[in-house]
Amino acid sequence: MDTPQLIKVTIDGQEVHVPVGTTIMEAARQIGPDVAPPAMCYYKPLKGSGGKCRACLVKVSQGSEKDPRPMPKLVASCITGAQDGMVVENFTSPEVVEARKGVVEFLLLNHPLDCPVCDQAGECHLQDFAFENGVGTTRYEEERRTFEPENLGDNIQLHMNRCVLCYRCVYTADQITDKRVHGVMYRGDHAEISTYINNVIENDFSGNVIDVCPVGALTDKTYRFKSRVWFSKPVDAHRDCDKCCGKVNLWYKGDEVIRVTARKNQWGEVEDFICNSCRFDSKKTADWVIEGPTKVKRASVISANKYPKNEIKKPAFALDYAAHNFKKINDDRPYYKNLKEVKGSEDYKALMEQNAEFFPKETSKK
Amino acid sequence: MQLTNRSKKTDKSDLSVLEKTYFPGVAKGMAITLKHFFSKKATIRYPEEKRYLGPVFRGHHILKRDEAGRERCTACGLCAVACPAEAISMVAAERVKGEEHLYREEKYAANYEVNMLRCIFCGLCEEACPKQAVYLRHDKFVPVFTSRDQVIYGKDQLVEDMDNRYTRDAWTKEDMQELWEKQK
Repeated sequence: MDTPQLIKVTIDGQEVHVPVGTTIMEAARQIGPDVAPPAMCYYKPLKGSGGKCRACLVKVSQGSEKDPRPMPKLVASCITGAQDGMVVENFTSPEVVEARKGVVEFLLLNHPLDCPVCDQAGECHLQDFAFENGVGTTRYEEERRTFEPENLGDNIQLHMNRCVLCYRCVYTADQITDKRVHGVMYRGDHAEISTYINNVIENDFSGNVIDVCPVGALTDKTYRFKSRVWFSKPVDAHRDCDKCCGKVNLWYKGDEVIRVTARKNQWGEVEDFICNSCRFDSKKTADWVIEGPTKVKRASVISANKYPKNEIKKPAFALDYAAHNFKKINDDRPYYKNLKEVKGSEDYKALMEQNAEFFPKETSKK
Repeated sequence: MQLTNRSKKTDKSDLSVLEKTYFPGVAKGMAITLKHFFSKKATIRYPEEKRYLGPVFRGHHILKRDEAGRERCTACGLCAVACPAEAISMVAAERVKGEEHLYREEKYAANYEVNMLRCIFCGLCEEACPKQAVYLRHDKFVPVFTSRDQVIYGKDQLVEDMDNRYTRDAWTKEDMQELWEKQK
């Protein structure tokens, strides 16, 4: 088999070689999280996702080797293919940074901002995105759109008010489950995730819509208001499941498993989807083989108030700094040297004997 | 030996005749004493009388209610995660139909406990609260306790009494700064 033809892409000044047909987003992710654009709707394991939220807008300052003209507008990196010799500016371009602020503002226009109530808070992509790229205040004065609450069954809770219409759950239902009963109804401002009509989502893999949802629009009903993510302790676990891979994260509160989720990679994407019986019905420690605590980023709020051994270490930087910047002091003290001589002298012994009653300890030692 | 040049030189010249009688010195001293006798006292008669400690003094915790008497706290857990002493714990519950007059949001704290043995009264919970629910009162101290079971304060001790609402001049540090500017 031929080795695939590689093309060179430069993103934020860093070069990477990727096969033909790779998107700018995937090329940036190969370099690392420092240059990867944020994504609210793009989800690599789901075919066709992306291109809806505009969170990943980047500036292409050189189209390709053959045609070095810049692209006239910012492009969505998750659906734009990379070309040989392409130069992309992401966080280095003030235009992109400014545009992202606008995108945050648009996404938050109709968002209810009920993070204190929402179960997703702490692992919400919209929170992260707004925190990293947005501004602290809102200019919106109009009334936000609201929807009537809709019941999707016993396992999944829908909060349509929080939805950003990323379509991830629709793709999940299309590609992971064998029958999709929900979708986006109506158009424009009235568009909403809904079932036709008042159907219940109860496919074997339908629980995955909870994991793919970047916001708190689809949450686990069995976990509803049980805890906050930063009070629960995630551990990696697996079990033999005839329907799915069985690799999950268990979220503990004390000794109780309060939630089961699929494992997410560093981009917050689930690669191995899990079935509903793993997610909703196996909430006992005895059902699982525990592999160990999940590695949580130090920056994540989930790591708050937890003290794993590897993170309690001496501040190496501070010690190095001190070693380099402060003079060594001479620590042998002449006083003690003299004291030895003094204590050895006859005069001292005579004095101590005279006053022996005042020094019970020292005399007993001798 | 002179260690520093900051020491005051004492006047060691001989006293005059008048000074030798000590009357001027005694009179001067008595005048100072008399002046203080009639001036305003620096002390107060604590505990009968208490000083105003300013609107942002950090005392007893309180869980505020809103104007309609509904609890503001939604058990979001930000106070607990901000607390450096890990003194706060809570259990959330979902508001059911008919409880709308009791709780402001969909979710509320069924249980909210502050461990006063742990609390260091830093006020970070007050700063973290997104719902203006938890405050440290400026007018009330946490009383002395004699046994450990008096130390865990539940909602019965923390939630605001609607008949005796808690108010203060400035609710945040920013308000406080404005107040200072006005008073200047």
